[in-house]
Amino acid sequence: MGLILSTTSNPSATNVSATAATGTATVIVDKVTKIFGRVAAIREVSFCFSARMMYVLLGDNGAGKSTLLRMIAGLSQPTMGSVELANVTREQVGYMAHASLLYDELTGMENLEYFARLHGIEEGRTACAPFAAEQQVGLNRRTICERAMTSVGLEPAMTRPVSAYSQGMRQRLSLARAVLHSPKVILLDEPFSNVDAASTAQMTKLLGELRDGGCTVIVVTHQVAALSHTGDEFLTMKLGKIVESRRRAQLRSTEVGL
Amino acid sequence: MSATPSVLPVAAGVAENIGWVDIVRASLRKDLRLEWRSKDALNAMGFFALLVVVIFAMSFDPSAEESRRIAGGIFWVAFLFAAVVALNQTWAREMRNQVLDAYRVSPAPASALFFSKVLGNFLFVGLIETLVSPLFIIFYNLRTVGPAWQLAVVFLLGTWALVANGTFFAALSLRTRNREVMLPLLLFPISIPALLAMVQATTAILSGENSPEMWIKILAGYDVVFTVAGLLLFETVLHAE
Repeated sequence: MGLILSTTSNPSATNVSATAATGTATVIVDKVTKIFGRVAAIREVSFCFSARMMYVLLGDNGAGKSTLLRMIAGLSQPTMGSVELANVTREQVGYMAHASLLYDELTGMENLEYFARLHGIEEGRTACAPFAAEQQVGLNRRTICERAMTSVGLEPAMTRPVSAYSQGMRQRLSLARAVLHSPKVILLDEPFSNVDAASTAQMTKLLGELRDGGCTVIVVTHQVAALSHTGDEFLTMKLGKIVESRRRAQLRSTEVGL
Repeated sequence: MSATPSVLPVAAGVAENIGWVDIVRASLRKDLRLEWRSKDALNAMGFFALLVVVIFAMSFDPSAEESRRIAGGIFWVAFLFAAVVALNQTWAREMRNQVLDAYRVSPAPASALFFSKVLGNFLFVGLIETLVSPLFIIFYNLRTVGPAWQLAVVFLLGTWALVANGTFFAALSLRTRNREVMLPLLLFPISIPALLAMVQATTAILSGENSPEMWIKILAGYDVVFTVAGLLLFETVLHAE
């Protein structure tokens, strides 16, 4: 379970040692402040994210959710404080941004194959399904990419250019790209925006499986209902601070769409 | 959506096996494919270079002797300006959909991306030079007095100098508000030594009056220095906020 580390006004305030002692911490955010010009986007946020947990970051626009995610991904450096990875390397982080991070002129398969190469997934290597016990020997890069596309329901669109994809299809392909290299920490920024209900359910199921497989999943979203049955801990950010931390059972009925 | 497998098969322990040459090859192939499908850089660069050559040919009516003296300057200035179009495009497509962030979070080495971009731009600019050069020879009624094979050496080294430098400075100006303006402002001053060597070497070969060897050596030295500097410094440029 994640623990908020500081901020005296926070009801969930506690210290880092408890989580660190369990050995399950994967991301430790310690007194992080991020200042853009004269605006503090993040203000002394401390939090410890654990393995096998799905965190849902909630909050209004400008609350600092995406900034925090970018700092965990290593795309942005804190002005003060530190973001540290524990028990995982920088290469074991998967990041899905608000933008698609895809080439429009390439097909879905060409995109995935390119990013597979960037992550060192070679031809003919022994591969495994990280969410199942058995190893799958001899899968080549193309097969891995095909399976990834199939997992997000895009197998009919493999050979179409991304420019011909709907926004929802782009989001699903973007998710496949983010988890292609078996990351231990998965960061997702608004993964369900413009995605239909069926696709949202499929993406949510996949994220749940990744979490159950041992990953730390951190999702920024405004659609809390989509993760109300899968998310473990719901963090609310306001004006650059984590102001509330709730378990799934503590969600209000209006938030889960009841 | 159709029924799909519930797990993703993913290669295990992959990050330690990343080959620099593999990344260069994959990125170069991707860039060639993108350009083949969009033709953004080639079309713009080709038309620009063609226009400059035609306008200069119409503006002046030089004798054969004068042509040999000024042709080197006109040719390289035309391609310096034309290359800027391709150089801006090369990073603009990485900024669309913020694809560069996907590269930044991957373990792939930054220098491999830089080198693949330089190679890609070298091929694009080289292709346009090859297509426009015959027209240039016709318009300016050129024939070489010096050894013609040395022209090929100057073209290769000169083009590499333009794109190695230009690719680096295009990346440097990537996050600036007016990057189309910033690139020439950064690139042109630092390209003056290379431009001087290209023009002098080309003129020497065309006129046969001097030996171009010294200028070719300067150009080769310039290429080595700026390519190595680009490879070493690109990591910092890529990961700058």
